[in-house]
Amino acid sequence: MAFELPKLPYGLDSLAPIISKQTLEFHYGKHHQAYVNNLNTLVPGTAFENSSLEDIIKKADGGIFNNAAQVWNHTFYFFSFSPKGVKEPKGALVDAIHKQYGSFPEFKEQFATAATTLFGSGWAWLVKKQDGTLDIVKESNAGNPLRNGLTPILTCDVWEHAYYLDYQNKRPDYVKSLWDILDWEIISKRY
Amino acid sequence: MSFELPKLDYSYNALEPYIDARTMEIHYTKHHAAYTSKLNDAVNGTALEGKTIFELFRSVSSLSPAIRNNGGGFYNHSLFWKVLSPNGGAPKGDLLSAINTSFGSFDKFKAEFSNAAATRFGSGWAWLVKTGNGLVVSSTPNQDNPLMDVAEVKGTPILGLDVWEHAYYLNYQNRRPDYIEAFWNIVNWEEVSKRFIS
Ligand SMILES: [Fe+2]
Ligand SMILES: [Fe+2]
Repeated sequence: MAFELPKLPYGLDSLAPIISKQTLEFHYGKHHQAYVNNLNTLVPGTAFENSSLEDIIKKADGGIFNNAAQVWNHTFYFFSFSPKGVKEPKGALVDAIHKQYGSFPEFKEQFATAATTLFGSGWAWLVKKQDGTLDIVKESNAGNPLRNGLTPILTCDVWEHAYYLDYQNKRPDYVKSLWDILDWEIISKRY
Repeated sequence: MSFELPKLDYSYNALEPYIDARTMEIHYTKHHAAYTSKLNDAVNGTALEGKTIFELFRSVSSLSPAIRNNGGGFYNHSLFWKVLSPNGGAPKGDLLSAINTSFGSFDKFKAEFSNAAATRFGSGWAWLVKTGNGLVVSSTPNQDNPLMDVAEVKGTPILGLDVWEHAYYLNYQNRRPDYIEAFWNIVNWEEVSKRFIS
């Protein structure tokens, strides 16, 4: 059974000017699609033929891992946004953030620091540990915290393709802008 | 004594249409300049001040990530600008003979180098490296290079291609193979020869 590119719940022009239509056309339409296509080329005939994406991410290496994780990571990333999202965490996630970081602004600052200081291509993550507490982790390239038994809550793609057309070398501006389109209704439910 | 951003030998638009002027300007004045100043920040006022970039690379595994990343970024881009030129051409003389000996032919070398550049996952560089065993193609992640003690293939890089997305995204977006193909039109083979001989 082939993996498919999920349809986005918003229009490609609806996140502008934070993320431009052109960036989404390439990021979703080309990069995300290519990871799906590559995975579908690589998996048949391997031990992962009938595996879920999560299973592949936990067990595979090399090209199969890279493409599977990039499919999952991009879906998770794109499905955190909405043009008119809820701007603050809700429910149990509020308490968890306060307990761990003191306040939501303090969390935002620490998350932004992780995203801006990750060297090269990769992803910054807010994760839930098995004991329910939160952590911020950086993963290079296709890295995904599921591999370490962590539950992803939020991610930021800091591959240059995610922001270069709109922000060029100014990654901190990109990271700062994302707070305006993140939908904490969706994100809070993941906790 | 500080590391300095080297002057470019050509104008920002000199490599068009293969590398556009805007990419060139941002790449040099923002990315390369930032690596250079961050390298100085990491070194100045420490015991490492005054060491050459080559000395730093030789023991980079025991130094801070700031030196590995920014030292590599400083040196790799300095090399990159030098091995590019609006007047490309083809390798000649001893360099061509060495390429033929190590790879079979110039075309086979190009294919191997292009493949290394295209398949480097994430950010990094493709290299033509002079080693004790002749010429070798390799690739490194992020800003690592063959002069570093952490490199899988160690030796003297004589040609390098930046495959960080910032090197091509404004002009080629997701089409890294098109950027690699374009690169062959602007290789400064005289400079590569010089680095091979010395
Ligand atoms: Fe991405
Ligand atoms: Fe670069």
